[in-house]
Amino acid sequence: MQNELKWRGLELLKDGAVDRILGWRAGQFVYDITPDVFTDPEDLEKNFIYNEFCGANLSKYLIAESAKEGKVAVFLKPCDTYSFNQLCTEHRIHRENVYVIGIECYGKVSVDALRQRGIDGITGIRSEMGSLKIDTIYGEESVPAMEVYAERCRNCKSKKHVVFDELIGADGEVVDDCDRFDMVEKLEQMSAQERFEFWRGELSRCIRCNACRNVCPACSCEKCVFDNPKSGVLNKAAADNFEENMFHIIRAYHVAGRCTDCGECSRVCPEHIPLHLLNRKFIKDYNELYGDFVAGESVGQMSPVADFTTDRDAEPSVVQKGGDQ
Amino acid sequence: MMYQIPMESLDRLLAAIAAQQKLYLPTDNTAGEAVYTEWTQGAALSKKLNTLRSAKDFFFPQIQNMAKFRREGKKIEVIDDRAEADDFCIFGVRACDVRSFDVLDNVFLADPVDTWYETRRKHATVISLACTRPGETCFCHTFGIDAAKAGGDIQCWETKDTFYLEPLTEKGQALADALIAADGELLTQCGADQEALVEKETERIHKILEKLPLYDLKAEDNRERELELFRSKKWKELSSHCLGCGACTFVCPTCQCFDIEDFNNGETVQRYRCWDSCMYHDFTLMAAGTPRLTQTERFRQRFMHKLVYYPKAHDGLFSCVGCGRCLRKCPIHMNIVKVMETLKEEKE
Repeated sequence: MQNELKWRGLELLKDGAVDRILGWRAGQFVYDITPDVFTDPEDLEKNFIYNEFCGANLSKYLIAESAKEGKVAVFLKPCDTYSFNQLCTEHRIHRENVYVIGIECYGKVSVDALRQRGIDGITGIRSEMGSLKIDTIYGEESVPAMEVYAERCRNCKSKKHVVFDELIGADGEVVDDCDRFDMVEKLEQMSAQERFEFWRGELSRCIRCNACRNVCPACSCEKCVFDNPKSGVLNKAAADNFEENMFHIIRAYHVAGRCTDCGECSRVCPEHIPLHLLNRKFIKDYNELYGDFVAGESVGQMSPVADFTTDRDAEPSVVQKGGDQ
Repeated sequence: MMYQIPMESLDRLLAAIAAQQKLYLPTDNTAGEAVYTEWTQGAALSKKLNTLRSAKDFFFPQIQNMAKFRREGKKIEVIDDRAEADDFCIFGVRACDVRSFDVLDNVFLADPVDTWYETRRKHATVISLACTRPGETCFCHTFGIDAAKAGGDIQCWETKDTFYLEPLTEKGQALADALIAADGELLTQCGADQEALVEKETERIHKILEKLPLYDLKAEDNRERELELFRSKKWKELSSHCLGCGACTFVCPTCQCFDIEDFNNGETVQRYRCWDSCMYHDFTLMAAGTPRLTQTERFRQRFMHKLVYYPKAHDGLFSCVGCGRCLRKCPIHMNIVKVMETLKEEKE
């Protein structure tokens, strides 16, 4: 598939159909891939890569890229297209400056999952019939690819591209029987105390690196409310557990109804905190309270909690009680 | 002098050290990463290559209270409420992290001495451990570090059946002596045969290191090229997709920048410091604003500091130890190795 993407990119660049290609640049190893913009066909031919480690969602980069002059082509996996639409809804992407190439995706591998199996000293990885052959300086290893997919891919919610200008590979369907809410249900069944302890345990590892926030396509504020030196609390200080809890919980509230469950927060967390579970809880609640709602499914749709209308919606009790104190 | 103990008695050794002083060692957490934890009976030494965060936390914690101020009328009372520190021991420190202490010492122990750091450093005994299974992200060799001879106060090796200890400093020897005094049967002195086995293990590790993909990476002395590198156009490309998070900084064993802030609860002011990251937009923020307006300047700062400014100030010593943590943890896989390679191309 890499060659198909590369040739299409070269064609678009050489034809002058686009000025830039937003894709992935190869690194030192098979997996250390960097999102990058290519303008030079020669550079694209030499350094563009697409493989099972291209997990990064490129949508958020389009906030900056689409604001530049000229046209940018971008490769988006099905789940990335939801983020793209959502950002269009929020008027953060100049749609007319973007050419979306939807690409088929079977799931992306997590290097951390390989490491947790004790695989280290990786020098090469090949995909063969659903399994990964991993060359290491300590010998060859083989693992079923499914088992080392990122969590978001093991519980893939959609293989359908909700937006594209052209497709490479086939378009799929929304995965109706995905198990992404299983863990949320498990948490719901816990007692309040158990759940509290679960989250305190997970969030206590937070080092306040802010990678989750900075990678999140729903966190696109020009300036984050947490980055306020006048607040008296430093955003980078892992002061005590409770503060970390609040940071993540407030962030989850802020992206509720806009989070497409792309899973980037959990992918980038150096401490492996399952942050996506907070977002999924909101998604599940929205579905149950307001009917099925999928952020990013189409451009222009409003989150259920953001489109209150007096003639359609019941007046919230807070409004009614407001005057009585 | 070298000592040995059978691998199956490692728990006994750990318990014996813990009986002398507080002992911290890498253990696996619930997320499957190695982290330093205080030893308790039954704690298992992690088999992971290295801890997620470096050992610098022991001397330079991510957040640390410095002093309190209390105001009464027109008087301000300054309260230094530091408790007397106890001796402690960090076990299983890899060679890269041991070198990082030198890098930090040059900063924190230089005049004016950082007494918070100094106290912890003085009370610590560092027991290092040779790397049995280096990973592809390791490049300590680039900075002249020997993963097979990890240094510290006592350096150790673990083989399949035997654990070897070699005290290198007075502090290390004192701990070994105390262990022997407490239990005469715990450690056995190594003879020439056993020392040869350690030598063999060292050679085995060296052979593995030679196979590592980054083994040939060279760290160039760029002290003379400061301005040229500062002005390089490459920084823009390199930094163009940096998220501006602090993951690299916070897992780095040599990053040493911190911010000092006062928390005012109305009655007392708690002055604390916490790690800062040059990748953050409010790094060195002043009344007049920030001197580094975009991520490009922030990104450049981090790598110029490690590869040029620090070596310039400290006799050519690099402020990178090749532990590879940033290679593993950067969300977009942009890292110091890629920077070093790119700057090299620039020269060619």
